[in-house]
Amino acid sequence: MSPEMAGMDIEQMLRLALAPVDPPETLKERVETTLQELTDAAVDELEGWELSAMRDPRNWVRPVVATAVGASAGTALVIIRVRQQQRKRAAQSRNPLDLAQRTLKAAVGEARKLARRD
Amino acid sequence: MDRSDKTRLDAAFTELYRAHLRDVYSYAYYRVGNHHDAEDLTEQTFLQAYRHFERAQAESDGRPLRPWLIRIAHNLAANLYRDRSRRPQTPIDDTTVLSALHTTEDLVEGRDELARIIAGIQELPEERREALIMRFALGMDNREIARAMGKTDGATKVLLHRAIKQLEGIVTPV
Repeated sequence: MSPEMAGMDIEQMLRLALAPVDPPETLKERVETTLQELTDAAVDELEGWELSAMRDPRNWVRPVVATAVGASAGTALVIIRVRQQQRKRAAQSRNPLDLAQRTLKAAVGEARKLARRD
Repeated sequence: MDRSDKTRLDAAFTELYRAHLRDVYSYAYYRVGNHHDAEDLTEQTFLQAYRHFERAQAESDGRPLRPWLIRIAHNLAANLYRDRSRRPQTPIDDTTVLSALHTTEDLVEGRDELARIIAGIQELPEERREALIMRFALGMDNREIARAMGKTDGATKVLLHRAIKQLEGIVTPV
């Protein structure tokens, strides 16, 4: 087992292997457009109704999720830092294993950075 | 329903979408194993949620709706596989990819461990795999997982415990 993962228990490794995946921007646009069409259809049926919250794209979201994990301080810091870059890696990955490998590479890099600082 | 009710309902749905798009996508991605199907599944989940949102909100009695969303995604994923009459197309289910990993010389440190974890998850019964995705990819607690899976809190706790133990048995070198 690699030194970086030797200190992790199975739950910490699971958090790394199953890190949350940010949806691509194209999906957000797709879902929002489809929902917009639904609400427009509803507007047609419900004359005069205001659907400002759904109509105004400024009200649609760009979710930002901060994730905290329970782990030892060093490991937790590595995982948090790694997760901060998860969107970029997800966009570049071909499949979950590829994503996990990219995530692990990042974790190894972060662990080394921390180790150098100590 | 009058105009103000409709506006309030749509605003509430917008909030739900904002809060849980990432959760639904993460669940879908780990469930189906590729971005293409995960995107379709996520879109269908929110469309179905939108159609039934009013009733779900009324019946939720103030409880969070994330388990309801994930349950929709779970049911849609099950339908997807049934309709296609095949197992997930996920490369994480592809033993060729995994065996190739172990023979590649330029393995990064820890890649073996992660590959074992991911392969191990795929070996688990579906219910246990789902529970692990909900816990570790979505950070759901026992109560939320129980609601999403239609189980009791106690049964969910046991399910998770057994899933982790089984996975540990799979990935721990003899």
